[in-house]
Amino acid sequence: MELARHWRLKKQRYALQGEVCPHCQTKIFPPRDICPACKQEARTDHTFSGRGKVVAFTVVTQPPKGYEAQAPYVVALVELEEGPRVTAQLTDLGDEEPYIGMPVEMVTRKLRTVEGERGIIVYGYKFRPRLTVAQRA
Amino acid sequence: MREVWIVGIGATPVREHWDRSLRDLAWEAMHRALEEAAGLQPQALFVANMLAPLTAHQTHLGTLLADYAGLEGIEAVTVEAAGASGGMALRQAYLAVASGALDAALVVGVEKFTDVVGPEVEGAMAATLDADYEAEPGLTPAAQAAWLMQMYRERYNAPETAFMPFALLAHRHAVGNPYAMFRRAISEKHYRHGAPVAPPMTIFDMAPYADGAAAVFLAARDVLPPELPRPAVRIAGSAAATDRLALHDREDPLAFTAAARSFHRALEEAGVSPHQVDFFEPFDLFGVYVPLTLEAVGYADPGRAWQDAERRFGLDGELPILTLGGQKARGFPGGAAGVYQVVEAVWQLRGQAGDNQIAHARVGVVQALGGPASTAVTHVLQRP
Ligand SMILES: [Zn+2]
Repeated sequence: MELARHWRLKKQRYALQGEVCPHCQTKIFPPRDICPACKQEARTDHTFSGRGKVVAFTVVTQPPKGYEAQAPYVVALVELEEGPRVTAQLTDLGDEEPYIGMPVEMVTRKLRTVEGERGIIVYGYKFRPRLTVAQRA
Repeated sequence: MREVWIVGIGATPVREHWDRSLRDLAWEAMHRALEEAAGLQPQALFVANMLAPLTAHQTHLGTLLADYAGLEGIEAVTVEAAGASGGMALRQAYLAVASGALDAALVVGVEKFTDVVGPEVEGAMAATLDADYEAEPGLTPAAQAAWLMQMYRERYNAPETAFMPFALLAHRHAVGNPYAMFRRAISEKHYRHGAPVAPPMTIFDMAPYADGAAAVFLAARDVLPPELPRPAVRIAGSAAATDRLALHDREDPLAFTAAARSFHRALEEAGVSPHQVDFFEPFDLFGVYVPLTLEAVGYADPGRAWQDAERRFGLDGELPILTLGGQKARGFPGGAAGVYQVVEAVWQLRGQAGDNQIAHARVGVVQALGGPASTAVTHVLQRP
């Protein structure tokens, strides 16, 4: 059932919780329990900073079912500071055009409403232009 | 391993077949392949399909189609590997016959896209991605291919027309394919004014989703009848490989490693070198897949497959590709796509390709991809 599936993924969706390999220190997201770098067991939790940059992006104008209300939306390949890449929507862009290399940070937003199942709202990570850039500089 | 030969093929035109059901389309293709097989009886049916559980609420296609075709009681199973389903079903049948477990097997690929529309089609296609980490954030296969176009142009400083030659070639070659959906050549002007899908991708950078069915009948060499209505074509090599499913998990998304692996393994099995290949059918569900494949397998240097591509990869070029229109212009019939590629290659090797005939074609290579080479299945076909 969909509800259990979304509940199971909440640590990843809300907090970008992945893993760190105790053998080679590779940071892993999403968690997969086997390190993709050294193929050894990796079950140590690691919460990602949520900071990253845009590697590729496009605008979805022909959305899948459940996403019609949001379209057109920007979906991007984001490289996290710690190494792994994730697929996520860009949000809060305002007048800003996304660009390759754009610094972004993770926020929690509504992903979609699941039809039929008592209107479950799925929340998860999206990325917005990084607000902390100026403060850090 | 025993030699495996293709003794019969069949297909329906690729169209929006509003008036026809999945079983009806599949039966037409199966019937034609069986007719060519001169009385040989298949011991098993391998069905290639990618979306019926989502688009038609129909699983259990093996039994459904064996029953509908009157192949009473035979073994039957569905093989699914996204866009590579057709290639993968053929490979399973090939393995069964080559191993000696079966003497003869029928493969049928079938897909009905048009029973659902718009967002439901996109949703079904998105189910071929990583559902939790790619589809849930709203990614679609088309958007993913748009990323690849952007990354390719960025890395190689390629112009916005870099993917144009593959669309032009496909449309030009489809003119000679009676089963193709779009039998009309397109010009640079058409290409430049394509309706946007996911920038920089337009409708000319992706194949149209359509309905169709194609079938291939395989038999071991030992059981071939002395007289066949059509010349048999040998499956000289077959290989499959996978990559990380999620594109974001790949070290280099432009590498198409599985395409290269399955290509080289299949050629090695066939004892054929890449320059002995007379024509190649890469998998152009999205135009960008073509240069990435040509570069991965070694037919072009990285970042350069688009250069002079219309000449090099045309019917008179050094390596003809998409010789009957590819997915782009023949149309993309999902799980049947990989079987259509084989049917078209058999036309070439039998000398039945009409205006698109490649002179003296003896060795053809077909490759089906699931996703951006997340699965790759390659077959080497040879005429005696
Ligand atoms: Zn490790």
